[in-house]
Amino acid sequence: MSPICEIRVCLPPEGVDSPWTLASYRERGGYQAWERVLRNQTPREEIIETIKSSGLRGRGGAGFPTGLKLSFMPRDGVGQKYIVCNSDESEPGTFKDRDILRFNPHQVIEGMALAGYAIGATVGFNYIRGEYYEPWQRFEAALAEAREAGLLGDDLMESGIAFELHSQRGAGAYICGEETALLESLEGKKGQPRFKPPFPAQVGAFGKPTTVNNTETLASIPPIVRNGPDWFAKIGVENSGGTKIYSVSGHVNRPGNYEVPMGIPFRDLLVLAGGVQEGRALKAVIPGGSSVPVVPADTIMECTMDYDGLAQAGSALGAGSVIVMDETTCMVEVLERISYFYFVESCGQCTPCREGTGWLYRMIKRIRSGAGTDEDLDRLKSVADRIEGRTICALGDAVAWPVQSFLKHFRHEFEAMIPSREAA
Amino acid sequence: MDAQATVTIVIDGREVEARPGSMIIEAADAAEIYIPRFCYHPKLSIAASCRMCLVEVEKAPKPLPACATPVADGMVVQTRSATAVEAQQGTMEFLLINHPLDCPVCDQGGECPLQDQAMGYGQGFSRYREGKRAKAPLDLGPLVATAMTRCIHCTRCVRFGREIAGAIELGATGRGEQMTIETYLNGNGSVDSEVSGNIIDLCPVGALTSKPYRFTARPWELLSHSGVSPHDSLGTNITVQTAHHAVKRVMPRVNESINECWISDRDRFAYEGAECDDRLTEPMVRRREGLAETSWEEALREASAAMQSAAESADAGLAALIHPISSVEECFLLQKIMRGLGSDHIDHRLFQRDFSDDPAAPAYPGLEVPLTDIEPLKGLLLVGCNPRKEAPLLALRIRKMVSQGGMVGAVGPRALDANFDVAVQQCVDPSRLPGALLRLVEKLGATDTELATALQAHPAKNVNGDGPQDHALAELLTQAGSDGAIILGQNALNHADGAALRLAAAKLAQLTGMRLGVLAPANSAGAWWAGAVPHRLPEGVPSKGTGANALEMTDHNVHTALVYGLEPAIDHADPVRLNAMLERAQKVIAFSAFRSAVPDQADLVLPITPYTESSGTFINCNGAMQFSRAALAPRGNSRPGWKVLRVLGNFLSLPDFDYDDISQVSEALKTPPAVTMRPASTDLQNPNQSANERAIAQEAFSLIGELAIYQTDPVVRRSPALAKTRDGLTAKSCRLHPEDLTARGLTEGSEIQVAGGHHRATLQVVADSGVTPGCISVFLGTLETAAFGADVALTIKAVD
Repeated sequence: MSPICEIRVCLPPEGVDSPWTLASYRERGGYQAWERVLRNQTPREEIIETIKSSGLRGRGGAGFPTGLKLSFMPRDGVGQKYIVCNSDESEPGTFKDRDILRFNPHQVIEGMALAGYAIGATVGFNYIRGEYYEPWQRFEAALAEAREAGLLGDDLMESGIAFELHSQRGAGAYICGEETALLESLEGKKGQPRFKPPFPAQVGAFGKPTTVNNTETLASIPPIVRNGPDWFAKIGVENSGGTKIYSVSGHVNRPGNYEVPMGIPFRDLLVLAGGVQEGRALKAVIPGGSSVPVVPADTIMECTMDYDGLAQAGSALGAGSVIVMDETTCMVEVLERISYFYFVESCGQCTPCREGTGWLYRMIKRIRSGAGTDEDLDRLKSVADRIEGRTICALGDAVAWPVQSFLKHFRHEFEAMIPSREAA
Repeated sequence: MDAQATVTIVIDGREVEARPGSMIIEAADAAEIYIPRFCYHPKLSIAASCRMCLVEVEKAPKPLPACATPVADGMVVQTRSATAVEAQQGTMEFLLINHPLDCPVCDQGGECPLQDQAMGYGQGFSRYREGKRAKAPLDLGPLVATAMTRCIHCTRCVRFGREIAGAIELGATGRGEQMTIETYLNGNGSVDSEVSGNIIDLCPVGALTSKPYRFTARPWELLSHSGVSPHDSLGTNITVQTAHHAVKRVMPRVNESINECWISDRDRFAYEGAECDDRLTEPMVRRREGLAETSWEEALREASAAMQSAAESADAGLAALIHPISSVEECFLLQKIMRGLGSDHIDHRLFQRDFSDDPAAPAYPGLEVPLTDIEPLKGLLLVGCNPRKEAPLLALRIRKMVSQGGMVGAVGPRALDANFDVAVQQCVDPSRLPGALLRLVEKLGATDTELATALQAHPAKNVNGDGPQDHALAELLTQAGSDGAIILGQNALNHADGAALRLAAAKLAQLTGMRLGVLAPANSAGAWWAGAVPHRLPEGVPSKGTGANALEMTDHNVHTALVYGLEPAIDHADPVRLNAMLERAQKVIAFSAFRSAVPDQADLVLPITPYTESSGTFINCNGAMQFSRAALAPRGNSRPGWKVLRVLGNFLSLPDFDYDDISQVSEALKTPPAVTMRPASTDLQNPNQSANERAIAQEAFSLIGELAIYQTDPVVRRSPALAKTRDGLTAKSCRLHPEDLTARGLTEGSEIQVAGGHHRATLQVVADSGVTPGCISVFLGTLETAAFGADVALTIKAVD
């Protein structure tokens, strides 16, 4: 068995000094793809086709094929279009985009330039989570370098091609990671999701056709264009091309970001992260960020970390945010914390989410305080069911899935906290 | 319906035709299949956030909101399937967990969509065991009461302000459960829009209710009477609701061709004036010790005797002024009495100052463009017109026009503080208003040599050279052409050079093909058509032409003066002269609903009822004749004006006064023809010369005198709630351009002494950058300010 090791596509190789500088990025082949496109005036369709055949899927959580998404943009050349990078990484357990922006900002810029060019957008925005001050500074510095080097601006390399890029800092709302809420916020409005249709490809930022992609997705594009789609597709597994950065947190010895091929078995990822702390037994894993269903230890240990593998386990890859919990974890406490997060972060627009998140949180809090009743458990499930699928955006689902899955796999822990049961 | 133009969907097993692109809820509404809803409203944008209208759509994996799901051919929708009902019950449960369920003490109880739909689509119990959210009420001002704990965050009120009213006064702040409707974007914290009351109707719960109506009745106690609001010329359809022999509130009555489903705050809250304690309930006659109550019999006998001797006197005899808020029947009967006694001295144009175009005037004033055709207009020129304050619902139509790409140009003495974008704005000193229009006529009609000569002769034209916006305005007019309209408002109609303005506007309309309109006050159209003008008999037939108009009358030595429905100290362009005329008169007969509106000189007081207690016909700005039904029996011994006049006709033994029913009165009049504002002649040779080139002292400010929104008639003036609004509170101030304030060393909010020809007053001064520099804006509808109406300029000085 070969030693388990990282393959870095979006993150810079380890041991490189100041990898965020333009010089360092160029040493790694950076901006070759963008310059080639500018030189050869590569047909836009060709770039989209390349991305399509690479098997790249959206890294923000939904896993939608990126090439297909780019192809939804109107083809005619009339009117302004926008490319938007979603760096509002706020899902609990997720911290990969932060490191991409800190250590490899130029690759995001190049990815946005390529994607922007492919869809006919001359302006891009990178919407960066408000708390990410250092990543924002790094990205701003990289923008200045790229402009200085003639990689951003008008008539780049006398090609007649223009691409300008701006960053925009968020103000601390989780919901602004939802692409249409992000667009509202970008426009200076209260961040709350828009009803779809129309989709952003028809009516996006400032009413213009817009594509919104995750930071990691966009950072994957320059290597794909540079090395060809097959190279990327081969790294991953069937139906999931390329590498994936897993943000591993929780009860592991070496928490952090690990960029490995799609489809890596969970047990290998756990080894990379140094195994469970103090040799304790694994209890459960939330494999894709706090919103996806929790997976018990036995199931996750047999899982591969890709879209299909986790779907089979009844969960989802999400943003690849792996929260590891050992045998000492109180699952009621975890769920209380998760439901508090969604209670506070619901935008308040749709009735089920606005009202239901608070109800769920208060019930769980009450159960944990020892004042729960038998009916509360069924009521928890029923309230979650009444939120799921009933809201404008997926936050309603994100609220419901943890509740449903925690009750499904760990109902006994909740029951144990209900006083009437103890007495019985 | 054209088969090509519709798709067929199945709702609850019924095939329904629907317009492609429309939403399921629209198709269901058209087929009278009710889908519950809170945030959806046909006049507002789609929010799709309340999730009450979730329905099951075949092949969709989850229930979909009917308000935001477009129809597709062959779509199968279930509104009452198990999935749909479960989704609706789920939403209802969520809506109610934080709702206080205080229906017994809530004003909305009994007419509450939340209450109704909880009955229809909810469960009979609650599973919620946690604490409920509470929120302090907001103080939105004197009209709208709030109980924000009841709010279900449908954002109808927010969308109304943003989309319909054009006044962003409410917004949603906070996330999740902390989301709350707030006024933080609006520095005042109050809701000051002139159409704010509509949010009361829109609110589907008891969060926003009517402050004046609050706790005075329950909806099931109310009797509804269909009426027409007389306060502006739109003919807004209202429902007057009464209980315990009093008007409790006024609500909109849907009429898509006039007011849609909205009414203005003036239409809604003016009833408070009609209900005030200042009402007259007994006829009165002057005795040695003053006015004393008497019987109708005696009052009418004395009145007829005075009028008869007036008709026979050597003086100018009889003269009558009637307020344009009066119904067609009142106007018709009053003029019939006057003419039966041989007098043409009757007028309702109380604030008009230039009558020189009377012979050429059209049959009645109005808008040639139907209200429903304003939305598709490409261009609109407002001349001395502020639709937002003069006819608030017209402004909403113009707002729709602008949102669809129409351009508004404005020429007037002050910048419009409009709730729509004004593309071109030319502010001029009032005396230069005719010049501003005449320059446009010249720009657009250079080929018309006859006109050019006429214009050269008009001294007002060159008063101020070229205006900075002349070119842009001319372009706007040319581009709009027959897809455009010109509307003259208060400041044009009552201008000292009004005739020149009306003729110039007519000429502009003729040159460009634009449609012409005059936004006359209240029921002016009805008053004209009924013959309540000196130069016209009913139906626009010319009279013998010797009658005095409202201004000329004041110079006559009148034997008996009739003041009908007006407050002579306020409701006239020159109340000082009117007062002198009443002093000179042998007899003054006041027909009034309000004690304090009766002039000191009154010898006889005949208590008539306001429109809430009197049926009558009103003709709107598009010539629509609408009947308004009395909502209440007359208070005390007061009587509807038309009945008083009818009996007075009998007392005078005039022929044809044997009406048994009000319908016989209005039937005496033909339905008016479509509005045409084209004068018989556009000859500009004979303008009101006296009005031109007035010498204005160097230190003086040109007067912009107008009626504020809540000063237009004696009823609205007496509404305490409207008086407490921002518009009501600021109506007693004067306004100057900030630079003029600074130049005079005055500070905003300080008191200054304002002086005109024969009147002075101490007023608070407000800095208003909309006022043309060198001008002073004064609202004339108060006892303190009305006497400035005859002035063209005022001087000011600081009060120590």
